[in-house]
Amino acid sequence: MKVKVISRSADEFTRERSQDLQRVFHNYDPNLRTQEKAVEYVRALNAAKLDKIFAKPFVGAMDGHIDAVSCMAKNPNYLKGFFSGSMDGDIRLWDIATRKTVCQFTGHQGAVRGVTVSTDGRILVSCGTDCTVRLWRVQDPTRIESDEVFENPAKPMETYVWKNAFRAVDHQWDGNLFATAGAKVDIWDQNRSQPVNSFGWGSDTIISVRFDPGDPNVLATSGSDRSIALYDLRMSSPARKIIMQTRTNAIAWNPMEPMNFTAANEDCNCYSYDARKLDEAKCVHKDHVSAVMDIDFSPTGREFATGSYDRTVRIFPYNGGHSREVYHGKRMQRVFCVKFSCDGSYIISGSDDTNLRLWKAKASEQLGVLLPREKKKHDYLEAVKKRYKHLPEVKRIIRHRHLPKPIFKAAALRRTMEDASKRKEERRKAHSAPGSITTRPLRRRKIIKEIE
Amino acid sequence: MQALKDKKLKSQLAIREELYGKSAQTAAKAEKWLMPSEGGYLETEGIEKTWRVRQESIAREVGISSARNQYDIVLPGLGPYTIDFTSSGRYMALAGRKGHLAIVDLRNLSMIRELQVKETVRDIVFLHNELFFAAAQKKYPYIYNRDGTELHCLKEHGAVQRLQFLKNYFLLASINRHGQLRYQDVTTGAMVANHRTGQGRSDIMQVNPSNGVIGVGHSTGTVTMWKPTSPNHIIKMLCHQGHVSAMAFHPNGNIMATAGVERKIKIWDLRKFDVLKTLPGQATSLDFSQKELLATGVGSFVQVLSDPSGNQDYSRYMGHSVAKGYQIKAVSFRPYEDVLCFGHSMGWSSILIPGSGEANFDSWVANPFETNKQRREKEVKSLLDKLPPEAIIWDPKKIGNVRPPAKKEKRSREEREEEMEAAIAEIKGKGMKNKTKGRNKPSRRLKKKVEVVEKVKRPFMEQNIKEADEISRKKQKTSHEVELPKSLQRFSRK
Repeated sequence: MKVKVISRSADEFTRERSQDLQRVFHNYDPNLRTQEKAVEYVRALNAAKLDKIFAKPFVGAMDGHIDAVSCMAKNPNYLKGFFSGSMDGDIRLWDIATRKTVCQFTGHQGAVRGVTVSTDGRILVSCGTDCTVRLWRVQDPTRIESDEVFENPAKPMETYVWKNAFRAVDHQWDGNLFATAGAKVDIWDQNRSQPVNSFGWGSDTIISVRFDPGDPNVLATSGSDRSIALYDLRMSSPARKIIMQTRTNAIAWNPMEPMNFTAANEDCNCYSYDARKLDEAKCVHKDHVSAVMDIDFSPTGREFATGSYDRTVRIFPYNGGHSREVYHGKRMQRVFCVKFSCDGSYIISGSDDTNLRLWKAKASEQLGVLLPREKKKHDYLEAVKKRYKHLPEVKRIIRHRHLPKPIFKAAALRRTMEDASKRKEERRKAHSAPGSITTRPLRRRKIIKEIE
Repeated sequence: MQALKDKKLKSQLAIREELYGKSAQTAAKAEKWLMPSEGGYLETEGIEKTWRVRQESIAREVGISSARNQYDIVLPGLGPYTIDFTSSGRYMALAGRKGHLAIVDLRNLSMIRELQVKETVRDIVFLHNELFFAAAQKKYPYIYNRDGTELHCLKEHGAVQRLQFLKNYFLLASINRHGQLRYQDVTTGAMVANHRTGQGRSDIMQVNPSNGVIGVGHSTGTVTMWKPTSPNHIIKMLCHQGHVSAMAFHPNGNIMATAGVERKIKIWDLRKFDVLKTLPGQATSLDFSQKELLATGVGSFVQVLSDPSGNQDYSRYMGHSVAKGYQIKAVSFRPYEDVLCFGHSMGWSSILIPGSGEANFDSWVANPFETNKQRREKEVKSLLDKLPPEAIIWDPKKIGNVRPPAKKEKRSREEREEEMEAAIAEIKGKGMKNKTKGRNKPSRRLKKKVEVVEKVKRPFMEQNIKEADEISRKKQKTSHEVELPKSLQRFSRK
């Protein structure tokens, strides 16, 4: 006869000294963990609710400007540095961590309409309605921190006066060139007082310009003739152009897929395009209820932030039709500019109420250094939520966003109008000869023509 | 997977599948590191039989620490005793019929608390941990803490026969003298449900560990299954002729054992609701162990059945008899140990049953070596994961699934014709009423007869027409010959 019974000695299963960690054993036998799926579902539900409880995206406001903030630029070389230009001609350098002005750049006579920073973060270029382009030397961030006395307010390094007022400026990635938009697209060298090249296509004003981060010679512009145009610096004339039904206010290139860009349009939508194939948009991002004023991609390229005239900031997935998140504040006015921080975890918006606002990119994210256990827990809850996100109760909680009443009503109205027009279209189709009426998808419908 | 049209979903699923496969493989590899302990066993050689092995010979073979688990406590005049274990198997609660309550720490076999309530006690259960227990006393059940302080008197339950605690739901279930089944939430104190079983007094009640459904055995020989959210039983099965004397659920929830007074023990498959095996014998108490042994207790004899082949072919494995004249009240396997405890009319006893307990415990589920700090943390965690009473359903795997759209079953043409024929035959078979003079003419009667048949036929004919319509419309959609707008299509020839 052979007999063995379970016998556990306490010192094998407990810790030796009080400083040791408790010993942990696992057994994944399903009979020991009963109702596991129900427990997981309850956890998912609780995680979704907790997310709502902890969703406090607003970090703080930065005030200092005395007029509406018109443009912003992030310092690619320094995470905490942000530049903002205002309608009264003031440019400020902000330290995001302390939310204070570090330096002021005064000199513009009228409104500043564009600021941009060179890739090495040394030179700030600004332009405005006073027909000047000004170049400023930016303080070395290490020197800013070391409390050394520096010139404040700063004096411009160079001032180039030109023939027309400017609307936008963008610096080339990895180079000395920058482009300004106004009556024409002018390409400037940092060291020359006159544009090295200038492109024109039609007589309308160009309102925004943005260089492709993947190819330093390619840039996209949008004009008040409702056009989006692509330019190549190696060619003497513009490359391609499309005319849309409404004006495009801003353009942002996807930093991870550099042939794709997204255009913020006046008709409340954003349109993602492939630069090689402009006859239809890849995706239409709907949700705003008023003109989209500015757009900026996250450095991950997976999502982008938009600021709108309806006083909200929204975050969209790069391939999703609807926004993931909407940010609004009681005192926040029309948003004119919005930027993702270089680490992708914050969003800064500048609005008509002269303030810059700092938001978290993930509303319920826990800030600060996470312990490994905390991180694991967050990951687990994220996974559980993802698993049960399609179930009605979880979905309802995850999807719900509170909206200010005017925006909620406007959205409902827009939906009604859209439904009505769709119904009308369907009826027209039903009552006319088959094939005589075709509906074009929204991706194509908004494009009037494409010019090579 | 092949049937899927959505390419994106297909690739996502393919990646998922691969990941699951990999994780299963690594889990299998890691198992020997994760599960260090080996389970107990009893093997015999030659003509030796396992059921002939006596406790004394086992005691000689095993170590001192295991042999300590064989004991008889004789407390005459207080029994019979019922027993309950915490989920980790470390603590045992005992209740003697004559009012003796005790909490024992089984790790060092020390009495934690003992009290005499001086009235009949019918049942005792631990709540979520060893700090609280509930005892069904003469008039009401009471909740005590570990120190023996009475915390609550649950008057609403009445004179309770049997108590059960549903661990994941924090529900205390009771069945009282009038056959009322009550569920009370012990975290909030809310009475969740109160069902009338309607079949008289019963003291056979067990929780199905896999889904939280409660089974109640009745004196009519039926077993009914209950959940708090529905006032009627969800399942009723006739298991025995005569009363059900004991029942137990397998840890995986698919198998149930019942014993009746007609000297039969039946093993049921709860997926088919069918008998798997009928064994001769009586039992006043049944219990399944974690490793799927079945203990039966009757009179002064305990028998343990095992299923070596794994297809519910239960046969005797071990037996043990206490002193003659002792009446066994309750048998219960101790979780995570090879130990069977049973309460009888003269106290309680504990014997060794090799291979009955799970050798590897999970620290996050039930830890026999739990410290106070771990216990506190676990209490908070389990409260956060507390399931709502609605989560008690017969198939708990359905939770978290999307319900498939209800498909209407389409009957074939032949079936429908048959049905129509049957309906006509039925109406023809019915005699006609005699009407008043003048309305009872043969011509009228004939007309009426035809009318009635037409009336019966009508819904079937309509259905046929509808279907034909649909088919023609589908044809139109596919064929490009018809070039009429939708609004004019109804005028075109079909």
